[in-house]
Amino acid sequence: MDPMEAIKQTYFQECEELLLAMEEGLIAMEGGEADSEAINAVFRAVHSIKGGGGAFGFESLVSFAHQFETVLDHVRSGKLDPDAQVVKVLLRAGDILADHVAAARSGQPLGEDHDRDVKEELAVLADGEATGGAEVAADFDDLDFTPMQIQIEDGEGAAPAAAGWRIRFAPHASLYANANDPLLIVRELKGLGNVEVEADLSKLPSLAEMDPANAYLAWTLTVHGDAPRGAIDEAFDFVTGDCDLEIEALAADSSTEPVSAPAGEFSEMPAPSVLVAEGRAAEAVRNDEKKGAPAAEPVAAVKQTIRVDLDKVDRLVNLVGELVITQAMLAQRVFEAEVQGAAAVGSGLVELEHLLRDLQESVMAIRTQPVKSVFQRMPRLVRELAVQTSKQVRLVLEGEATEVDKTVIDRLGEPLTHMIRNAIDHGLETPDERREAGKPEEGTVRLSAEHRGGRIVIELSDDGRGINRERVKEKAIEKGLIPATAALSDEEIDNLIFLPGFSTASEVSNISGRGVGMDVVRRNIVELGGRIVIASTPKRGSRFILTLPLTLAVLDGMVVGVGDQTFVLPLTHIVESLQPRKEDIRPFSRERSLLHIRDSYVPLVRTDELLGVKGAQTDPSKGVVILVESEGAGRLALTVDAIIGQRQVVIKSFEGNYQRIEGIAAATILGDGRVALILDVDGLVTRCRTNLNSDQIDQQATGTFG
Amino acid sequence: MGKLVLTVDDSRTMRDMLRLALTDAGHTVIQADDGQHGVEVLNANPGIEVIVTDINMPRMDGYAFIDHVRRDLQDHSTPILVLTTESEATKKQRAREAGATGWIVKPFDPQKLVAAINRVAP
Repeated sequence: MDPMEAIKQTYFQECEELLLAMEEGLIAMEGGEADSEAINAVFRAVHSIKGGGGAFGFESLVSFAHQFETVLDHVRSGKLDPDAQVVKVLLRAGDILADHVAAARSGQPLGEDHDRDVKEELAVLADGEATGGAEVAADFDDLDFTPMQIQIEDGEGAAPAAAGWRIRFAPHASLYANANDPLLIVRELKGLGNVEVEADLSKLPSLAEMDPANAYLAWTLTVHGDAPRGAIDEAFDFVTGDCDLEIEALAADSSTEPVSAPAGEFSEMPAPSVLVAEGRAAEAVRNDEKKGAPAAEPVAAVKQTIRVDLDKVDRLVNLVGELVITQAMLAQRVFEAEVQGAAAVGSGLVELEHLLRDLQESVMAIRTQPVKSVFQRMPRLVRELAVQTSKQVRLVLEGEATEVDKTVIDRLGEPLTHMIRNAIDHGLETPDERREAGKPEEGTVRLSAEHRGGRIVIELSDDGRGINRERVKEKAIEKGLIPATAALSDEEIDNLIFLPGFSTASEVSNISGRGVGMDVVRRNIVELGGRIVIASTPKRGSRFILTLPLTLAVLDGMVVGVGDQTFVLPLTHIVESLQPRKEDIRPFSRERSLLHIRDSYVPLVRTDELLGVKGAQTDPSKGVVILVESEGAGRLALTVDAIIGQRQVVIKSFEGNYQRIEGIAAATILGDGRVALILDVDGLVTRCRTNLNSDQIDQQATGTFG
Repeated sequence: MGKLVLTVDDSRTMRDMLRLALTDAGHTVIQADDGQHGVEVLNANPGIEVIVTDINMPRMDGYAFIDHVRRDLQDHSTPILVLTTESEATKKQRAREAGATGWIVKPFDPQKLVAAINRVAP
């Protein structure tokens, strides 16, 4: 890749981090909890976004960031009090800045007036100092030096071209203390034309009185030729303010005055910079200490981090997985071989296994990140939705530090966004409705995360009107999702909203009605190996509870044997396993049977037939039946020959090496080195059951299936 | 001749751009993430010949960093260039008072950056 293109990618990555840091700081300011360092961090974030944007020529981004930065600078310096009103503007400005970054990234420019309103509000806050000019002028008063007037001449002006320049140059001690060197300036001038140098030694004291840190030498430099004034100024650019400097043009016809030292001998003169560099620049120190650059703030113990390519971590995860497998194989071989001293070797292997488990956990932990990176995107969304819907919304975030696998984090944003849209658009009432219902006008949406039982639980709740069960049920009947006679519990009705094809069309609005229903949200969650349930109380609000695995790299599975094959069933999908009695198996159609479990009927499926495996037990009552539950399509009883055991397996994706296979989620390598396929329960159930739910099976057990 | 240049900037983008421009010109670059880190890098690398530093940084800003080099380390010979934007005349002056040798205007033109380095450390 073109190196600049690579840096541009870095820039956009960095922008994402900076925007999050900015938002975090602004939210702290909104809550009145921001200290000066937090405000500084916001300033720096905007400043850095501007800086990089300038390098890539994102002009509208830079222009907006500059205005934003000016206001933040006022807040930082205490000129502007960050009251609620100001912070509100800053938050909106942060959103617009994010839009600018997104626009720069996608190459789709924002509309001309996209940032106009906020920019105007910022201009008001900046007090008309948008250019920064007034501020600069004011600040000069604090400095004890005189800014030099620089005359800008373009060389094509009316004045006749000078025959050269005479420069009177007397460095101050500070010039040397700052590591500038007159010799280098003279060399630079020599590049512009012939230079004559006359040293002024008149200020040089006797050796006894000389302070090595002071400056005593001065020079008169005459530059011959047609060098423009600008070039001369540039040569002295860095030392302006650290020297006395007079520059005058030589008249075209004036002869130059004789000089005592030609330029060539200049380098043989004592070089004061060396003296200063080695001595103590006492004067300069005193001067500068008075003005006082701010001392470094005490440095808190900072957590050290490094940035690592995700591929490297994944390779590590994979290798550790292989290591675990190899250890298991080794252990098995040792026991099978019954070599002498197998017990001692065995205990060593057990220890190795423990260490490997720890290693595996530690490696997995590298892939985890706090959910904060997803949660942080939500305040903006809520603000935007509040404006669009004219509702008042307070977003409460909890457990942002909860860590979960990066892949889970990356894929959590979309479903959460959609759920929050739903909660605000459909869940919360308007301020008027809320007042009438005796609730505070401001609705609350709460998003929390916590670890529970080896999984992460994310909860989204609102205190809105709750699910309108009557309407949901009507819709479901209307769309043929449930029979009109179905007697459903409240919970079952609430969960109807997750069915594919269910959308309460009359509620579709321009906010949440974007063609994405809760069925898609659920599919997203299920693809991550998670579950979603809803609990709703009429007039009091709704609660969505998501449970997700902490990692997608390993899986707790049940290893089962079917014929000559071994399969793994994800534990999360297994309801129970049982050995059915003959009388519980009811033939249902030519190809299928139903299994009677307690009071319900579940389709019984021959796994060997389903997957084309040979040599399996054909009589289910002589094998084992595993009852699995899918997220979307209900339960299924799968026949297997035997349960081999429950274990954690490392997931080896198919897609990377082969292709997606329906009904198979991935593969893994077992302890004995054999490859086993991990079954995709949802895919299998969907394939076998179409969209019927368990109630229909119960009701239609004597009818036709399917 | 190539120099050993220490760049001090909290922005990864800016660090990468500096590295690209400087290495293209034959210099060798050591990077630091902020002033505090810069001090550590400087202490560990006595051979650093030129320093290029940003001003706005967490932990220790550019002014404090330069001040530390000049005052605490008593280093008055290593040129220090600050990165600043055009409008920040006051910053240039403040940086100079802290002990900066010169400045580079952001967004910088790689050629100008290299020219500025040449000017203070030929």
